Amino acid sequence: MSVSTVAPVGKRPKKWLGPLLLVLRILLALVFGLPLVFMIVSSFKPDAQIFADLDSVKAFLPVGSLSLENYVGVFERVPFARFLLNSVIVSVVTVVLGLLVNSMAAFGLSRVRFRGQGIVLGIIIATLIVPFETMALPLLWWCNQLPWLDANGLSQGWLDTYQVQIVPFIANAFSIFLFYQYFDSIPRELDEAATVDGANWFQIYWKVVMPLAGPAVATVAILTFLPAWNSYLWPLMVVQSEELRPAMVGIDYFKQLNVSWGQIMAYASIITVPVLAVFISFQRAFISSIASSGVKG
Amino acid sequence: MTSATTPAPRRLRASFAHQPAKVGWVMLTPALILMIVFLIIPILLTFGLAFTNARLISPEPAKFIGFDNFVRLFGSDTFWKSLRNTVIFAAVIVPVQSGIALVLAMLINAKVRGINFFRTVYFLPVVTSMVVVSMLWLFMYQPNGLINVLLAKVGITGPDWLGNPKTALFAIIVLSIWQAVGMHMVIWLSGLQTIPGELYEAAAIDGANAWEQFRNVTWPGLRQTATFILITITIAAFSLFTQVNIMTQGGPLDSTSTVVFQAVRTGFQQQQTGYASAISLVFFAIVLTVSLLQRYLTRNKEARR
Amino acid sequence: MNIIRKVATLGVAAALLVGGTACTKGGGSGQGATKGADGTTEISLWTHNAGNKEELAAITKIVTDYNASQSKYKVKVQAFPQDSYNQSVVAAASSKKLPCILDTDGPNVPNWAWAGYLAPLEGMDETLSKFLPSVVGKYKDKAYAYGYYDVALAMFSRKSVLEASGIRVPTMDKPWTKDEFNQAMAKLKATGKYAYPADFATGSTGEWWPYAYSPMLQSAGGDLINRSDFKSAEGALNGPAAVEWATWFRGLVTNKYIATKSGADPTKDFINGKSAVLYNGSWSASQARKAFKEDLVVMPPVDLGKGPKIGGGSWQWAVSATCGAKEGAMEYMKFAAQDKYVAAVAEATATIPATDAAAAKVKGYEAGGEFDIFRQFSKKYAVVRPETPGYPFIATEFTKTAQDILNGADPKKALDQAVRNIDDNQKSNNYFQ
Repeated sequence: MSVSTVAPVGKRPKKWLGPLLLVLRILLALVFGLPLVFMIVSSFKPDAQIFADLDSVKAFLPVGSLSLENYVGVFERVPFARFLLNSVIVSVVTVVLGLLVNSMAAFGLSRVRFRGQGIVLGIIIATLIVPFETMALPLLWWCNQLPWLDANGLSQGWLDTYQVQIVPFIANAFSIFLFYQYFDSIPRELDEAATVDGANWFQIYWKVVMPLAGPAVATVAILTFLPAWNSYLWPLMVVQSEELRPAMVGIDYFKQLNVSWGQIMAYASIITVPVLAVFISFQRAFISSIASSGVKG
Repeated sequence: MTSATTPAPRRLRASFAHQPAKVGWVMLTPALILMIVFLIIPILLTFGLAFTNARLISPEPAKFIGFDNFVRLFGSDTFWKSLRNTVIFAAVIVPVQSGIALVLAMLINAKVRGINFFRTVYFLPVVTSMVVVSMLWLFMYQPNGLINVLLAKVGITGPDWLGNPKTALFAIIVLSIWQAVGMHMVIWLSGLQTIPGELYEAAAIDGANAWEQFRNVTWPGLRQTATFILITITIAAFSLFTQVNIMTQGGPLDSTSTVVFQAVRTGFQQQQTGYASAISLVFFAIVLTVSLLQRYLTRNKEARR
Repeated sequence: MNIIRKVATLGVAAALLVGGTACTKGGGSGQGATKGADGTTEISLWTHNAGNKEELAAITKIVTDYNASQSKYKVKVQAFPQDSYNQSVVAAASSKKLPCILDTDGPNVPNWAWAGYLAPLEGMDETLSKFLPSVVGKYKDKAYAYGYYDVALAMFSRKSVLEASGIRVPTMDKPWTKDEFNQAMAKLKATGKYAYPADFATGSTGEWWPYAYSPMLQSAGGDLINRSDFKSAEGALNGPAAVEWATWFRGLVTNKYIATKSGADPTKDFINGKSAVLYNGSWSASQARKAFKEDLVVMPPVDLGKGPKIGGGSWQWAVSATCGAKEGAMEYMKFAAQDKYVAAVAEATATIPATDAAAAKVKGYEAGGEFDIFRQFSKKYAVVRPETPGYPFIATEFTKTAQDILNGADPKKALDQAVRNIDDNQKSNNYFQ
């Protein structure tokens, strides 16, 4: 199966089209990349120079007195390794449990036929419209009432824990919707074939449908990872111990009376890089695994 | 022409069901429990609080006050301005952002050297947190900031983007598109790639030009993706908050205040939990109406085909 | 499916980690205090100093000293970043999870005391009488909090710049009047060197607005609320004096004397010569002094009729009402109020020491020292923000109104609206009785 292209396939592509598209792509790359180049470049400059360079192209260029001083300052000010670990724990656990819980729900809604299905799907989709900010306060109060059972026995109140940063964000209507749409496009003949071979529903889910859902898994993983990694308002409200704080909250450590913009840029750069790494490792699955999965065509 | 994503005939399902209802509910249970506990209950709490004078910090217990909060809300200029801004924002963002995202997706849906690089660069802003992006653009939007410096190079005197009621919302729209468009580009792209290349070849043999190919092959194949993108962008647009909170605090002259921003400001800084809940409640009602309308419209189109 | 497996492995590993470390704190006796195995009671203390290593070090030093001085209690510091500290604390308070000891921004003290979150400081009247009045957080005549330092607002300029335009350098004896200030602005503007001759730090956000600009309103004869009974803002915030202030304030923008929204770092802009006069906190002083040496002049704010005024009250320490070890917390508060600690914290933060004895110990703040002028400003001009639980609401209303006015809202209409909102809020809370 061939990957489709923008240019007409049958006719010979016009000669000027290629270069034109390339120029367009480069221009767009500048638009999307330059502000971030500015961020990264500035992270190596002292504050005075960031401001002095602001009114010329120099803002984007690594020129002048460059140093790692801002980064040194960042690591002095913030227990970065700890914050990073917390962010990784919170986002990875949210993503993994989210993939499992939401794909199961979507499977139930998409492949199994039962009464009340339509209503449940409708309600789930309706909850999409609730922006987190508007229910943060009730949720805070509510999480403080919830019990938790662990090795130390039963306790009440979830504040200042990992679970309060994870559990409320596992089930996600977007993810269910996305899986649901994708599952719907996987031919049901496959289920039937598996049933003939003696598979039950859970085996169909785990061994037939999920392995074909690579792109949906990648999309949901990214869509869950980003807000988990970038969450800011919620950890501010629910986490008090420094040992449990995620990386995004660390940005507030730099907004002091005498703001060091260089350090802010440095911190912003280092908390962005891990996310970028995740995206790059996932994008292949995201974009190209369809071609190999044999679902389409 | 059949789209690649047409579901298989429904009769196939029934033929191999053992105990579908039980299995279905079991599969749904974890998600349902979590959603009830962490979404439905807080929403119901919001509904309840909207009819009280509850405060974030107060020695007095909350009292039921009927529709007082709503009366006050509908009489508030700031609310109507916030609602207007929210609607403008959504009305611009939804078509423009999804359109640009589609163009980007088609631009990078090609087997050309270095395409991975471009795809990654376009996606970069998405992985950057909105908090960071807002701070970055705050810098660039300054009267003597990068954007005006670049404009000056082509002879345009840029305004004080965020300081001028006429340009502030526009500035936030631009930044928001910049930040989020990469996500929708990738979603379009995954949609594009579900379209079999054979269909293009067939169309090309029929002598279809690029536009005809788009209309007859690409667009029909993207219908599901389009619905998804429409819904996600609309909801994200209505929830506009972070950018406003960091860059303008709703100003100047309420020109960038949004409903969610107003709810947070009232609930947190002004500690009026009850009133803030009323704002949220009205907000839910509005977005629900819009979503139902969208669903109705998209469903209508599908039925006609 | 490869990705699923990879992610699943990672997830299980992470989940195990969480299981091991999460939720290790539960229960405890009372709030903000836990009894340890060795019989010492651990008292939690929250501060807004995360990321500000000098101040945090000074606080940590006090705590270490206190812990060493006795064996009954052990105070444990938990630092939060300042920018979001208030949100964190309000969230904790609303879920009844406050620590024993915490610092809070001065203007919030009455709100918290009213809500029952703070316990009055007992047996400290004698000690606190030596503190600057603006650093003691009071509500209904009871002291609930004290701070180690205050900051002062001031105008900064360069002698050479003012003299070149023939402008008199104002002093505490003879501050600039409104007309004088306006003329000075016109002269500086006429030099053509400045897009905006003065920088009022209008780009700052949050509490800065009421802190920095309500003193101007007070200098003009207005106020945020009638302080006789704290019931209504009618007449105070929208009377003729207030409208005159607002009109003048707006005029600064229309005449292009100040920017509607100044740059990200006003001190740097001033040092780089982008502005001739800077209105900012005393924290700008050391940087500006370094840049301009003797040429820098520190001047009182403009006298708009009732004499110059500046905001008073910075971060202050308090004991929570729910504290499970109140005795220990109070003991700590007394211990920490020693002059040497006041001096140490003020020195670390480059702010004004709260007591005379401490000031004598901090270089620059001793009588006649180069920063002594800020201390005098604090003593002579400081007005605390209204001591009403409604203050947080008033602050957001004032901020929005002042911003709207700078952006061209009709002064009288904007102030009237603010008064309506504030009065509604006071009334809906039964005037915080």
